[in-house]
Amino acid sequence: MQETIQVAQNLPSTPQTWYLILSTILFSIGVMGVLFRRNAIIILMCVELMLNAVNLLLVSYSSYSGNLEGQVFVFFVMVVAAAEVAVGLALLVSIYRNIASTDIDVLSRMKW
Amino acid sequence: MGSEIIFYILSALSIFSALVVVFSKNPIYSVLSLIVCFFSIAGHYVMLNAQFLAIVHIIVYAGAIMVLLLFTVMLLNLNKESEPHKSNLIKVAAIVTGGLLMLTLLASLRTSQLPVYVSPTDLGLGTVQTVGKSLFTDYLLPFEISSILFISAMIGAVVLAKKER
Repeated sequence: MQETIQVAQNLPSTPQTWYLILSTILFSIGVMGVLFRRNAIIILMCVELMLNAVNLLLVSYSSYSGNLEGQVFVFFVMVVAAAEVAVGLALLVSIYRNIASTDIDVLSRMKW
Repeated sequence: MGSEIIFYILSALSIFSALVVVFSKNPIYSVLSLIVCFFSIAGHYVMLNAQFLAIVHIIVYAGAIMVLLLFTVMLLNLNKESEPHKSNLIKVAAIVTGGLLMLTLLASLRTSQLPVYVSPTDLGLGTVQTVGKSLFTDYLLPFEISSILFISAMIGAVVLAKKER
């Protein structure tokens, strides 16, 4: 009896489909933000949101299929995301020093 | 049953705070609601028995990335509604595009033959012991290469943000 209670507390009874739907919604919100925000910092934050949606999907698959490699992969995604944010924000600070704005419409000088 | 209720609460929190990130005018509010979103995703990791990843997620995102973002927003003095008012056409087009992408992804997930599992199989999967053992045996080379990536990112950030003389 004790054993079953313990298992019932630990096993999530939520089907994995819900995690698929949740991460799809979060990813779409991130795409939406990248598409219509003009501030470059907000766009970086929306990229983080999309990375987190994918991480959630990977962790759910890893946990539900009993395979550890998804979680190791999520760890490396977090490492790369941290490095990306550091370099991206340094770039933004440097750009802001030059043109005093983070509006991506002002930054369209590199557009072909 | 209890875990379903926790799932609903965490999902509603994460979706709502993600929407606030996207739609808020003030960048400070965006950063703060991004913190809420990250904490709710860490809660999802705990629910999925990935304890190590939950802790790493909180440390990396709420500890490091959020400090960087808040510091930059305050350094650049963006804590006002500085974004110029754009036409509603772009906003509507972006929302329609995001919604269509979500519909497409959901429909493709619905009809695909992906293996969708009902319940987790191994409960001791995401502990520090198992993940650490896997990281330091099977994935030792990517782990060391990621440290090189961190060094190069650190040097690059310092070089890029340094004031030119």
